[in-house]
Amino acid sequence: MIGNLLILYQAPALGLQLAIDGILIGAVFALAAYGMALVWGVTNIINVSQGEFVMLGGFVTVLCVEQGLPPLLAVPIAAAVLYALGWGLFQLVIVHLVGRDMFSSVLATFGIAIVLQQLMARLFGAGDRIVASGLESWFFFDHLVGIAQVKVLVFVCCIALGLSLTLFLGRSRRGQAIRAVAQDARAASVLGIETKKVYRLTYALNAAICGAAGALAAMAYTIHPYGGLSYTIRSFMIVVVAGLGNVAGVVWAALGLGVAESFAGFILGTQYQIAFVFGLLVVVLVLRNWMLKRHRRYLQ
Amino acid sequence: MMSARNDASALTPLRLLRLGAVLAVGLFAPLVFPGYQSQATELLLFIVFALAWDLVGGQMGYNSFGNVLFVGLGMYASAIAQVGLFYDVGLYNEAKGGGTQFVFSASQFLSGLGLGLVAAALGAGLVARLLGPLVLGMRGHYFAICTLGLGIAAGQLAAGIPWIGAGSGMLTPNPPSSLGDVGLLIYYLALLLALACVASFAWLLSTRFGLVLNAIRDDEDKAEAMGLPTSRAKVTAWVVAAVFLGAAGAIYGNHVRFIDPTETAFAGATIGVWMILMALLGGKGTLLGPIVGAIVFQLTKELFWTYLLGWQRVALGVLIVVVAVFFPEGIVGYARRRRQGVEEGSS
Repeated sequence: MIGNLLILYQAPALGLQLAIDGILIGAVFALAAYGMALVWGVTNIINVSQGEFVMLGGFVTVLCVEQGLPPLLAVPIAAAVLYALGWGLFQLVIVHLVGRDMFSSVLATFGIAIVLQQLMARLFGAGDRIVASGLESWFFFDHLVGIAQVKVLVFVCCIALGLSLTLFLGRSRRGQAIRAVAQDARAASVLGIETKKVYRLTYALNAAICGAAGALAAMAYTIHPYGGLSYTIRSFMIVVVAGLGNVAGVVWAALGLGVAESFAGFILGTQYQIAFVFGLLVVVLVLRNWMLKRHRRYLQ
Repeated sequence: MMSARNDASALTPLRLLRLGAVLAVGLFAPLVFPGYQSQATELLLFIVFALAWDLVGGQMGYNSFGNVLFVGLGMYASAIAQVGLFYDVGLYNEAKGGGTQFVFSASQFLSGLGLGLVAAALGAGLVARLLGPLVLGMRGHYFAICTLGLGIAAGQLAAGIPWIGAGSGMLTPNPPSSLGDVGLLIYYLALLLALACVASFAWLLSTRFGLVLNAIRDDEDKAEAMGLPTSRAKVTAWVVAAVFLGAAGAIYGNHVRFIDPTETAFAGATIGVWMILMALLGGKGTLLGPIVGAIVFQLTKELFWTYLLGWQRVALGVLIVVVAVFFPEGIVGYARRRRQGVEEGSS
């Protein structure tokens, strides 16, 4: 561990490499966190199956590429498949959770997460998967810093998706309806907005976003049937740090988390990277709660 | 409410008879049905898991998703104590507990087991005491997700430490053949722990402390405003739950004989959520509920394993969703509501 720190000190270019890699994967985290914040804000449900949606999007891409489709074409397919899944899950389960206590919603979405991960492990096998993109890398500083083109592509696509979602929420009638319900569901329904439809749209939209994020992630990073929970935890942590309803904050927190994880993976060793994510969650929550406690408030 | 509590703790002849029947079943079941001894041991431990979860989740309203933290800590603490008393733990795990040099005599095995149990209970309790003030200040979603993170972080950490076997796990000491069937011993240990758990929880919940826990669940701010020591009570309840979870984890480790860091010890997606399911299925916030829930769950699980082989985990996930969404009051809650309905209807 000390040795790795020394290496980092002696080779600043390596630090740059880690930072760039962290920022690039941070965009995927940002997209998943954006979706979680959307569902959280509108329905007051923490969707614990968020990460499984991401992984499922990745597996849809794997299937599409196996059928001979180009990977980028798989992104809209994954989004469409996940939109349908989100729609169906809402009708079956989530509709009963809106307005219920938080324990039921966390437990039920955790149950959905378990079902999805077990199904994925059954159908696709429990190994790591990645989709070959066929893209090269750019090298800088005498081949000391390498940037995989596919990661840049994923980054750009994620940012574009995030921007279009923001535009959709801000400009379109349906987007305005979603924001109205988030602000005050009762008032919105008095004004003739069908809140149940808005909830359903929000949940399906979130699943589609996660599916697209996962489809993109599968091109540059490995996906794994049991890898979903860490995406859920990352999303949750990002939303907690950014604060609900703060899109710019979500982006910054996500990129920051990407960089922190990248450095932690190098310094502590990759076997501790997931432990770092979950440990960081606990630290973030404890710190945040401690800061609130001085004002005699608490996280709830 | 108070009178109901007094009734519940009074020992009427009928209650004594029932208690005797339960004891007799517990004592003689493994002798009469030796084929089901392993499942029965697991059931007893599940009862402890569910009760311990319910003390904090059901009675106090703090729904933890990371109680596996204490189960896993107990497993490892016990295994390390059992091995470490006589051999070097690092070398033992390097050799995967095998070879001819790591042999435990009967007295070594038994004393190790006894000490391991104590170490597990104390270790888990100590960690709960240290973490409690930090974590129990959060409420709702935050407490749930934070504890979920704690349990998984612990598993990932354990999977990275070579001294305790890292990702390939750790074997508990191999019992010497001179002891005969150790499974029976483990069963009676589990029975003893389950009885101790039921008895101490029944006592705790009949005291003022139990009322404080319920007050915290119903309205923590009001409870605090009334001058109840909410912070202290929360930590105490968590420590009590952790002690039982740790001890149960120690027995569970010796029952399955192999500790995988993420699959058996800190298994958030199996034992961790099963204990919630058991408490919920039986009836949250009741003493009888988790026990009933554990029995029903263990039967269901065995049926799933027999008839849905390969898909059992999927089926259990579906069960979690169904119970959480459509049956949150649980079996005992449902029965009580029915009975109350009938009484109100007749009077």
